[in-house]
Amino acid sequence: MEKFDVIVVGAGPSGNAAAYTLARAGLSVLQLERGESPGTKNVQGAILYADALEKIIPDFRDSAPLERHVAEQRMWLLDENQSCTGATYRDARFSQEPHNRYTIIRARFDRWFSGKVKDAGALVICETTVTELLRDPAGKVIGVRTERAQGDILADCVILADGANALLGERAGLRPRVKAEDMALAVKEVIFLPRETIESRFNIADTQGVVIEIAGNITHGMVGTGFLYTNRDSLAIGIGCMLADMKRQSLTPCQLLEGLKRHPAVQPLIEGAEMKEYSAHLIPEGGYRALPQLYGEGWLVVGDSAGFVNAVHREGSNLAMTSGRFAAETLIGLRQAGKPFTAANLAAYKRRLDDSFVMADLKKYQGVPELLHDHPHILGTYPRFLGDAAREALTVDGEPKRDKQKRILGELTRKRSVLGLLGDAYRFWRAFR
Amino acid sequence: MNAPAEFALPKVNVEEKLFQDRYRVDVGKPHIKVRDAGVCASCAAKPCTVCCPAGCWSIDEDGGIDLMVDGCLECGTCRLVCDEGNVDWNYPRGGFGILFKFG
Ligand SMILES: Cc1cc2nc3c(=O)[nH]c(=O)nc-3n(C[C@H](O)[C@H](O)[C@H](O)COP(=O)(O)OP(=O)(O)OC[C@H]3O[C@@H](n4cnc5c(N)ncnc54)[C@H](O)[C@@H]3O)c2cc1C
Ligand code: SF4
Ligand code: SF4
Repeated sequence: MEKFDVIVVGAGPSGNAAAYTLARAGLSVLQLERGESPGTKNVQGAILYADALEKIIPDFRDSAPLERHVAEQRMWLLDENQSCTGATYRDARFSQEPHNRYTIIRARFDRWFSGKVKDAGALVICETTVTELLRDPAGKVIGVRTERAQGDILADCVILADGANALLGERAGLRPRVKAEDMALAVKEVIFLPRETIESRFNIADTQGVVIEIAGNITHGMVGTGFLYTNRDSLAIGIGCMLADMKRQSLTPCQLLEGLKRHPAVQPLIEGAEMKEYSAHLIPEGGYRALPQLYGEGWLVVGDSAGFVNAVHREGSNLAMTSGRFAAETLIGLRQAGKPFTAANLAAYKRRLDDSFVMADLKKYQGVPELLHDHPHILGTYPRFLGDAAREALTVDGEPKRDKQKRILGELTRKRSVLGLLGDAYRFWRAFR
Repeated sequence: MNAPAEFALPKVNVEEKLFQDRYRVDVGKPHIKVRDAGVCASCAAKPCTVCCPAGCWSIDEDGGIDLMVDGCLECGTCRLVCDEGNVDWNYPRGGFGILFKFG
């Protein structure tokens, strides 16, 4: 039977970062991907954070398929079917090179990244689903089983980069099943418009792009958010809600997306666009408290499979790439020191994570999932109130301003008692500080 | 949920959306199965029929479940929303299933 230093399961950003780093250091790497080619199973918004990739491929800008750099960020609170309250942040420095954030199209990006992995010397085999982990009698992970004939392959270490469903770890008993409470389901469409139309509608030029993050009653009381991003000649529009909420109501994901598309603040921006793909994917949003065991005898878990997503800042791919790199660097260090890939030695991976932004950020926001779960009105009452308040303030109707302001405040305390307001403010501060 | 009742979203035809997607169907080898049809028949809420983004799960005339996985987007939702653990869920064979052009 063939044996490799490391087998990487999955060719998303986490698996690619790991395989690339390992192969560059001269370890023998087999990467297995179930898709026809890398990217054909993967969905993202998608914003790429340059920093994480730069640390792996410093000159990635020369060859990576980048759509637009983010020149402007908008945050919108949408009231159902009516109003939009928002903030816009445009900064000329966002448009100076080197750019910090880009929009990408994942199918193209993953194929590009995989090319780099192959160039670095890893063996990449697609169209192959790993069905289970091979263990020795003591429980150490010693390889993987694929669905192919004679499909067992051995390795000194297996990196689980298999994405949000984390099936392999669960089936091997290395972790519990992911929970509906910790997962968001996002649906997305890629819709096409002529480049000039996109640039005039969004007030951008050249490679400039706009990203819009959307909250409010578009999720109909469920914890969730929407987004609208500009690509070169297409737009990505999507909405995601926590599964635990979604299973308790009657709107389909498709209907939620349609609601967002028809919102009067969104509709004119996407008018006439041609839909060319509809997709769906889970996002692990349980945060720090939902993290599984991250390493063991002969195995490490990286990226979405480990639950490394910062839902507040909508970051995932950068945590995926960084954790993939850390996993690889841990193995390279042990190999150079002549140490085996035992659980005790692989604990160094967790220390690298602990010392980095990955764990620091996950810890910082560990209270957020619970906050939003226990107090869903934070996403409902306040956006609606803001919308109402803005409408009142901006409608010129002869009512004295003092009376208006009094009425607006009265509105708010009617929706939420003063104590409730203070409590929300405190919980909010605790969760986000 | 605090969604106002008066605001109803349009019914959408998910098949029309899926028509834009590319698949390589593993004919006769569905990757998702119901373990016990009786459990579905007596499942009151049937959240799979609401949450599946591809509309693969529907209620048949007898109040049971009709599962058609050809349009499956392989998200994993049906496995997680079923409290009965009644979904036998696997990825399709390598190379089969959804083929995202953009993702
Ligand atoms: C709608 C949406 C929007 C998002 N927006 C952003 C964003 O703007 N910015 C951001 O940074 N993050 C975003 N994310 C999160 C980001 O997409 C993920 O965090 C990231 O893709 C995780 O990378 P990964 O490599 O861990 O997993 P994945 O990208 O899911 O890769 C897993 C890979 O493993 C393969 N695989 C799985 N099981 C097996 C098996 N058994 N055998 C063989 N192969 C297998 C899969 O086919 C896949 O290629 C978004 C996510 C979604 C769903
Ligand atoms: S939720 Fe589970 S038990 Fe209920 S109908 Fe769906 S698959 Fe069957
Ligand atoms: S995996 Fe997702 S798309 Fe496929 S049947 Fe289940 S819920 Fe529907």
